[in-house]
Amino acid sequence: MTIAAEPEAIEQDGGTWTFPPERPLVLESGARIDGLELAWRSYGRLNADKSNAVLICHALTLDQYVAGTHPTTGKPGWWTRLVGPGKTLDPARHFIICVNVVGGCMGSTGPTSTNPATGKAWGLSFPVITIGDMVRAQAMLVEALGIDTLLAVVGGSMGGMQVLQWAADYPERMFSAVVVASAPRHSAQNIAFHEVGRQAIMADPDWRGGDYALHGTRPEKGLAVARMAAHITYLSEAALQRKFGRELQRDGLSWGFDADFQVESYLRYQGASFVDRFDANSYLYITRAMDYFDLGAAHGGVLAEAFRKARDVRFCVLSFTSDWLYPTAESRHIVRALNAAGARASFVEIESDKGHDAFLLDEPVMDSALAGFLDSVATARGLK
Amino acid sequence: MNGVREDFREILRLVRPGSRVLDVGCGGGELLELLTREKQVDGRGVEISHQGVSACLARGLAVMQGDADRDLDQFPTGAFDYAILSQTLQATRNPRQVLIELMRIADRAVVSFPNFGHWRVRWSLLRDGRMPETRSLPEPWWSTPNIHLCTLADFTALVEDLGLRIEASAALADGKAARPMDPSRKIENWRAEAALFLLTRRSDGGEPDPLPDDLFGG
Repeated sequence: MTIAAEPEAIEQDGGTWTFPPERPLVLESGARIDGLELAWRSYGRLNADKSNAVLICHALTLDQYVAGTHPTTGKPGWWTRLVGPGKTLDPARHFIICVNVVGGCMGSTGPTSTNPATGKAWGLSFPVITIGDMVRAQAMLVEALGIDTLLAVVGGSMGGMQVLQWAADYPERMFSAVVVASAPRHSAQNIAFHEVGRQAIMADPDWRGGDYALHGTRPEKGLAVARMAAHITYLSEAALQRKFGRELQRDGLSWGFDADFQVESYLRYQGASFVDRFDANSYLYITRAMDYFDLGAAHGGVLAEAFRKARDVRFCVLSFTSDWLYPTAESRHIVRALNAAGARASFVEIESDKGHDAFLLDEPVMDSALAGFLDSVATARGLK
Repeated sequence: MNGVREDFREILRLVRPGSRVLDVGCGGGELLELLTREKQVDGRGVEISHQGVSACLARGLAVMQGDADRDLDQFPTGAFDYAILSQTLQATRNPRQVLIELMRIADRAVVSFPNFGHWRVRWSLLRDGRMPETRSLPEPWWSTPNIHLCTLADFTALVEDLGLRIEASAALADGKAARPMDPSRKIENWRAEAALFLLTRRSDGGEPDPLPDDLFGG
């Protein structure tokens, strides 16, 4: 996920929203979070009739810094291809919001936060959260910002799951939906890869049963291995081959277990840099939320039922040919259900060899499809 | 309405205002946009090329990337009033199945195709002994997308076989106004360069609404 462009100046706002005690977040598990804090970022301004608000939902390890400069890494935001001056989502025209998910580690309440009952970090006493919980929290914030109807809810990967959940839970509060490289449920393979990551974290002695904050340690090795395994699933075989082949780091083999191959060194770097910006327990909780996601099962086993009330929402579903993490078949499953529910669904399968990560990368067909869709949505909504 | 393709003009005439329409092979969405504007239809498209799909999205149309052979199963039974398949049937791998699918999805199908029984085609084959290249079938055999060409008589036989009813039919020729025709007349199989049909299921309880008499304006 390297983006070469320089960070650009962009009008932005945001901060941390703390909900009063009388507005707890009631979770699907039955637990509740009092005094919920949500860290959010916005770009552009809400117009007078509040019709230009777009909510972007972020993926597993991303955060609310969609555009501008990321405060931790100093790199440009993760979706500057889509968001920025002159881009499809333009702060001059749209009010773009992104919220760090519940359970995250960029300012929203999560396992690293302090449990008000004990005065210590939550750790594993933090309740298990779901995609539905993330979305309910976002809806609370959107309401608090005074927005009745979002022009669009947009997301890729786990962000796409949130968009689907939005369509199921709050169809009357959204005009359109964009779901990129996502799925209506986590497959056995998806769960399996997540389990490898979680086991790597929990096998790290520094994890300390989740209480590493109390012990002043960090399970960096485990989290790095989790990231390395996951990173492979974000790329395609062709992309790895094109990028690295069997190229060596130095002349000749080490006849040992150093990173001889460039691909090894690359993965080690990905793992090492990830631990600087992400928390191990957050990784456990968010991957769990994704594993629990099965929108069809939550609607009597019929996915179309989830979209029964979303007939007036305009949907755009995109997939990539080489994405084997959330393959096209999953997107077609979504589209079939949308059609069965009578919703206005558009679908594009984009030819790409970049794998799942394609949604964050240079894909002109994705750009033009999203631009066409979001422009027509703005026109239909009467946006200038 | 100037510059509108003649077959589009006919389809526009056939489709009732406010109906639900699926355009299979909708290209850049020209017909769907026309139908939406002129007939206020609730339209959907299926298109194989991403250029076509992107153009449709920019027009604000709901379109799915897919092909007629593989992806019509994405739509529920009876979801549409009309399914349109314009000049595409002959390019599908399994035209019979595609026709069955169209009639599953919609109450009526509007299907047009080039007539391989047209006299130019017959003459070209007879004279040269090679696969005909005519103005309606301009490509050589090795590059044509038309892998299942049929004559008017072949098509009506298939329609009969599938238990479908021909509600209306017209002969199409490039740049000329559509001409209503009786497809059972043998002469039409010689002189129709292309044909357009409006099909319904013969009888399955739910009798479709009666159609106006002047379907083709004559």
